[in-house]
Amino acid sequence: MRDWRRNKAAFGLLIGPASLWLVVFFTLPLAIVWVYSFGLKGPQGQTILALTFENYTRALDWLYLEIILKSLWIALATTAICVIMGFPLAMGIAFAPKSLKNPLLLLVILPFWTNLLIRTYAWIAVLRTRGFLNFGLEWLHDGFAAVAAAVGLDDLLGPFQPLELLYNQYAVVIGLVYVHLPFLVLPLYATLEKLDRGYLEASLDLGAGHWRTLVSITLPLVMPGLVSGGLLVFIMSMGNFLTPDLLGGTSSLMIGNLIARQYGAARDWPFGSALSFLLLYATFIALWVRAAVAQRSKGLSY
Amino acid sequence: MTATATKALAPPRAQRRRRDRAGPLEYTRRRWLQIVILANFVFLYFPIVSLIAFSFNDSKRNITWQGFTLKYYVKAFNNTALHEAFGHSMIIATTSTLVSTVLGAALGLALYRYRFPGKGPFEGWVHLPIMIPEVSMGVAMLAFFARVDLPLGLFTITVSHIAFSIPFVAVVARARMAGFDHALEEASRDLGATEWQTFWNVTFPYMVPGIVAGALLAFTLSLDDFVITFFTSGPGSTTFPIKIYSMVRFSVTPEVNAASTVLIVITLTLTVTAMVIQSRMGRKPRA
Amino acid sequence: MSDSTTSPAIVSLRGITKRFGTSVVAVDAVSLDIAEGEFFALLGPSGCGKTTLLRMIAGFEHPSAGAIAIDGEDMTGVDPNRRPVNMVFQSYAVFPHLTVARNVGYGLKVTGVPKPEIDARVAEALSLVQLEHLAERMPDQLSGGQKQRVALARALVKRPRVLLLDEPLSALDAKLREAMRLELVRLQQSVGITFVIVTHDQNEALSMADRIAMMEAGKVRQIAPPAELYEFPNCRFVADFIGKMNLFEARVAGAEGDRVVVEAEGLGRIALPHRSAASGEIGIAVRPEKLRIGDAEPGADRVRLRGRVVEVAYYGDESHVFLDAGTKTMIVANLPNEARSTRPRVAIGDALWISWDPADTLVLAE
Repeated sequence: MRDWRRNKAAFGLLIGPASLWLVVFFTLPLAIVWVYSFGLKGPQGQTILALTFENYTRALDWLYLEIILKSLWIALATTAICVIMGFPLAMGIAFAPKSLKNPLLLLVILPFWTNLLIRTYAWIAVLRTRGFLNFGLEWLHDGFAAVAAAVGLDDLLGPFQPLELLYNQYAVVIGLVYVHLPFLVLPLYATLEKLDRGYLEASLDLGAGHWRTLVSITLPLVMPGLVSGGLLVFIMSMGNFLTPDLLGGTSSLMIGNLIARQYGAARDWPFGSALSFLLLYATFIALWVRAAVAQRSKGLSY
Repeated sequence: MTATATKALAPPRAQRRRRDRAGPLEYTRRRWLQIVILANFVFLYFPIVSLIAFSFNDSKRNITWQGFTLKYYVKAFNNTALHEAFGHSMIIATTSTLVSTVLGAALGLALYRYRFPGKGPFEGWVHLPIMIPEVSMGVAMLAFFARVDLPLGLFTITVSHIAFSIPFVAVVARARMAGFDHALEEASRDLGATEWQTFWNVTFPYMVPGIVAGALLAFTLSLDDFVITFFTSGPGSTTFPIKIYSMVRFSVTPEVNAASTVLIVITLTLTVTAMVIQSRMGRKPRA
Repeated sequence: MSDSTTSPAIVSLRGITKRFGTSVVAVDAVSLDIAEGEFFALLGPSGCGKTTLLRMIAGFEHPSAGAIAIDGEDMTGVDPNRRPVNMVFQSYAVFPHLTVARNVGYGLKVTGVPKPEIDARVAEALSLVQLEHLAERMPDQLSGGQKQRVALARALVKRPRVLLLDEPLSALDAKLREAMRLELVRLQQSVGITFVIVTHDQNEALSMADRIAMMEAGKVRQIAPPAELYEFPNCRFVADFIGKMNLFEARVAGAEGDRVVVEAEGLGRIALPHRSAASGEIGIAVRPEKLRIGDAEPGADRVRLRGRVVEVAYYGDESHVFLDAGTKTMIVANLPNEARSTRPRVAIGDALWISWDPADTLVLAE
């Protein structure tokens, strides 16, 4: 690695254009939004530049706070489910025979390469009242009813009530878990893979059972990977716009939808800007925590 | 030892099939974990597979299987609005790829090669477009274009796509350069080549697979993008994903599934190609 | 090839085979007995199967065929956490997130030993390896040698019947290695339990073990105490792996009572004491330290030949003299530098007699 001063022209040529582009077409727009967040909404819906915290405090109104809290809750639920589902999956891949590892990983990543929109709306066909999930449940229900009838216990189960799984919080969480599962599995897998099997063998050798080993040895040692993946899922779930838009009902709006609405139908750009920056601040904080955790665990070489 | 000799020494067929007991840490050989993994994969693949499968379904309402047909693909191909949207997507993706690859590769190379004050924060800043919520970036672009009085259209979409693609390309290019043997450049200088000659003859050829992989990634990202495009597109500048979105909003029909399947096939092909290139990057060049 | 000993066997292997996939046979029908209280070494080059064998005793691999018995009980299908053996891993595997004391007490904690007893036994184990003053340290603050002692204490505190050590000294630097060799032997004698170590370093095995099992490509070639292994190897592989030797190709010409007559390259026809029957093409060898070189013609009762000095390698305490005697490979003789002198005892180009006692000759059939 060399010092930039050695060849200033080359350095400038390489780093200049991209930096310029990002300043003009990324930082500047964000700065504008930041300025707007202190502005006021004019009578024709235009933005008047001002210096007020009104937009931020408005976010604390219960009307909006509820949505913010609900977003947090949904993001939390998504993260928790991703961990519960993803941990055994990551373990399974990490302890698979060598020839199976890469194919399994590929299978986990493959759905991730399809379009986000498509991946999300695919759940509509599964979750709606006349969708695959309910079809499956109905089939099971009818099967049990038939068995019950054969034994003489007619009407044990009653008619089939399809589950209302779409256009509510449950659909949003399912959709978010679906989209973000790889983000937890991959870092966790990487950490599990690097874990020296000797620690686990030593634990077994000293008399601990498999679950004890998992809790006392494996879990503490892969915590950095787990936290890193978990925070990533949390950040991305919080800011998600598409999933609640397609799968959520009117009662399961998230911050992303709220922001979009301010810039759309509601024509209240200052408020939307404030919300947008609140989301950004939360994202930055979570990213900073994630970096801090990564930094701390870098010192301990496992 | 020749293959035949080894075979002769292998245990007789009757014994060969029986595997040893699972070692204590071979967790994946336990039945219950295998079931868990399978359940996860069913969860991951069922929605997409059913979507693709039902694009061939001969039924308007898409609920039960009525028979195999390609008519919805035909319908999709004849849909002029879809055509137009697809064309827009291609133009945007191509332009975005060209610009972001050049800029991003240069940035990646600079980050790999140079030490400079403030590099840490600079790197963090450059990676921001990858990390921030797409909504925030989308509305920021919208606000920006409104402020500078630029009408929303293909240009604004492309500009935004370039902005979020540059960091991705830079990351891929830099990752590629991480495996570069610095001694090659030194050897080139030692043999009399100038900085530029060394770059062109030694460094750049090594970078090419990384650049290609980055370009494919940028193309895929642009083609697939929804959220940012949603905020930066105007009337008459619909892209393929946006069009699918509006079709979905209306109703989930086999035609939508067909259009989606087409998009899936395209992006998967591109991504697999990029992956193959990247895995080839790991192999040493033949002597 | 098992060897009977007077003490009862604490580890008993019968026909142990381990196959990986369909073509790799890591361990091939090994049978041996390890006596209680002995320091036993599994020695061999990398890939010979010694570590696999050790791991099967510990329970981390299951044999494809054969049975393992520890302390008289069959261990087939028994998980490692239920065996009366403990292992010191090559990487030590000291848990990085626990203090030294917690590491050592881990094995007691997970088996439900009451806390006061844990504390007492941990203190005892730590003093055994002289680490009492480091009890509250974290592993990342320890040196390699200290980590190894933590691993030892952690295993010994469980009072296993057998302690298994996988290449215990390979990660230490040369000086420390020397010191730890004596430490381990002293430790084994004071604790009194059976130690089984795996090593590829012949010096380690020779200096520490009571008996050594020499392994090659999954098979045990010879089991014997160190001196017997060194002076009476039963095949070329063992003779070559342990120490150095000068090898001559030969052919058996006949027998004379308790001696065998051979025709050897460069040596002509000689009669050597040798117990078992040998025939056909064999190798005969002699260790460098058994050779005498000089100007005076050796007596006819010695095996002798002439050679010219080609190279002398000076090692301070001894010199290795390389001579060309017209045989396939050069002859190496070790000369101890007994007198304090800077004048070389032999010079390059000197023509000298090389000789040795016929009884010192190794007759190697395979």
